Amino acid sequence: MAYRWTNNLTRADITPKAAFLNRRQILAGTVGLGAIGLVGPAAAQEALEPNTLEEITSYNNYYEFGTGKEDPARNAGALETSPWSIKVDGMVDNPGDYALEDILAGLTVEERIYRFRCVEAWSMVVPWNGIELADILNKVGVQSGAKYVAFETVVQPENMIGVQRRVLDFPYVEGLRLDEAMHPLTIMATGIYNEPIANQNGAPIRLVVPWKYGFKSIKSIVRITLTDEEPPTSWNKANAREYGFYSNVNPQVDHPRWSQATERKIGGGLFAARQDTLMFNGYPEVASLYEGMDLSEFI
Amino acid sequence: MDLATPINGTLRKLPAWTIYIVSAAWVTWMFYLGATNQLGPEPINVLEREYGELGLKLLVLGLLVTPLRKWTGVNLIKFRRAIGVTAFFVVMAHFLVWALLDVRSFERVWMEIVKRPYVTVGMLAFTMMIPLVVTSNNLSVRRLGAAAWRKLHKLTYLVAILGAVHYLWLVKGFQIEPIIYLVVIVVLVATRYVSLNIRRQPA
Repeated sequence: MAYRWTNNLTRADITPKAAFLNRRQILAGTVGLGAIGLVGPAAAQEALEPNTLEEITSYNNYYEFGTGKEDPARNAGALETSPWSIKVDGMVDNPGDYALEDILAGLTVEERIYRFRCVEAWSMVVPWNGIELADILNKVGVQSGAKYVAFETVVQPENMIGVQRRVLDFPYVEGLRLDEAMHPLTIMATGIYNEPIANQNGAPIRLVVPWKYGFKSIKSIVRITLTDEEPPTSWNKANAREYGFYSNVNPQVDHPRWSQATERKIGGGLFAARQDTLMFNGYPEVASLYEGMDLSEFI
Repeated sequence: MDLATPINGTLRKLPAWTIYIVSAAWVTWMFYLGATNQLGPEPINVLEREYGELGLKLLVLGLLVTPLRKWTGVNLIKFRRAIGVTAFFVVMAHFLVWALLDVRSFERVWMEIVKRPYVTVGMLAFTMMIPLVVTSNNLSVRRLGAAAWRKLHKLTYLVAILGAVHYLWLVKGFQIEPIIYLVVIVVLVATRYVSLNIRRQPA
């Protein structure tokens, strides 16, 4: 099941360790489907420039560690990530508490260079290392009636200073429709730039759904539940008018308080201009998942 | 023990223009740090926030002058004009960073002001500061007459409240800082209208 989507890049193109801090010109990777004509040439040919590891690890939203962008880098060192286990329950053939090593055993870790678009209208490009979520779901055996996947972030109140402040109703929870979860673009990331993923980026394992706003890509996952009902999601619970279950990147549908038409890529400095936000964050291959749905209603 | 007298003695030696110099230096220094990539990966956002917060802090400080004298005897009155005028220029810097570096299009700036309530409120507060800064000189006090001048400058109360609402409205989730600003400002404004009976004992 691995390699169902490809950046069309060899590893040598992007991640010699010495080059972490260098910006490299890289071709965007909608090529897999672009080759068979499903993707417009504009998206396929656009050059993606990954952010530096320094940028990726110093500008984060992880409210369990504080609401400032620099708070997670400062505070997430306290997170206990080893040993780590994930509870898999609900409509699965093999429920149970899996040690992280066991759930990943035998599965292929790939590099995926994705655009990452925050709902706050900033963006990055991140070279993730991860496993297709579909591989993990197939391993635990999804039962036929299951329609959704629910995820939960760890809560370690003594290690997470933001949890006491109750900015959100913790634990943080997120969810996907099963077809979104099984899509080749959806991965569980365990690394960035071939390094173990930093605590502030969601160590030791997090979801990455590149066509949705970043808050859907839940961090530090301890529970995966298969269910037949749309699961509650944290930001939707906090403010349903502003954050829907789907939260697909959509430049035509504004956040009630700000525009989503443009974004600023992190790392451009004080004089960098905004760039236009792309529908589905530049991953038009997911459009078929939402056929017939009014995306201004299903936000 | 009376702490107010020595504090006032020290303050008397400090010229009011110190406020302008220190604030201008800080605003310039922050901009320099941003321009030389020393404000983290997202300097535009940092500058917006820092300038905005300093503007709000100066408004709070300006509102604090009268109650502080009433409650503790500490007298900051000679700094008040400088505090207010500086608040205007810092808020203008906040607006300029947003308009020129962040949004960068006259059309979009206007659309944001019209369309986004938190921007509308912030813009309203900034606009209301203009008549205040224009009349922050002795000539204007004389021309308007003290009573009318004082009445006009009560706009400050509304400016500060709108500033705090602007902040509260733009954050995500339940965040404590903007709530603290709003509560402090509302209390400081309320002291103008409600007697709290916290009178300084005669020395």
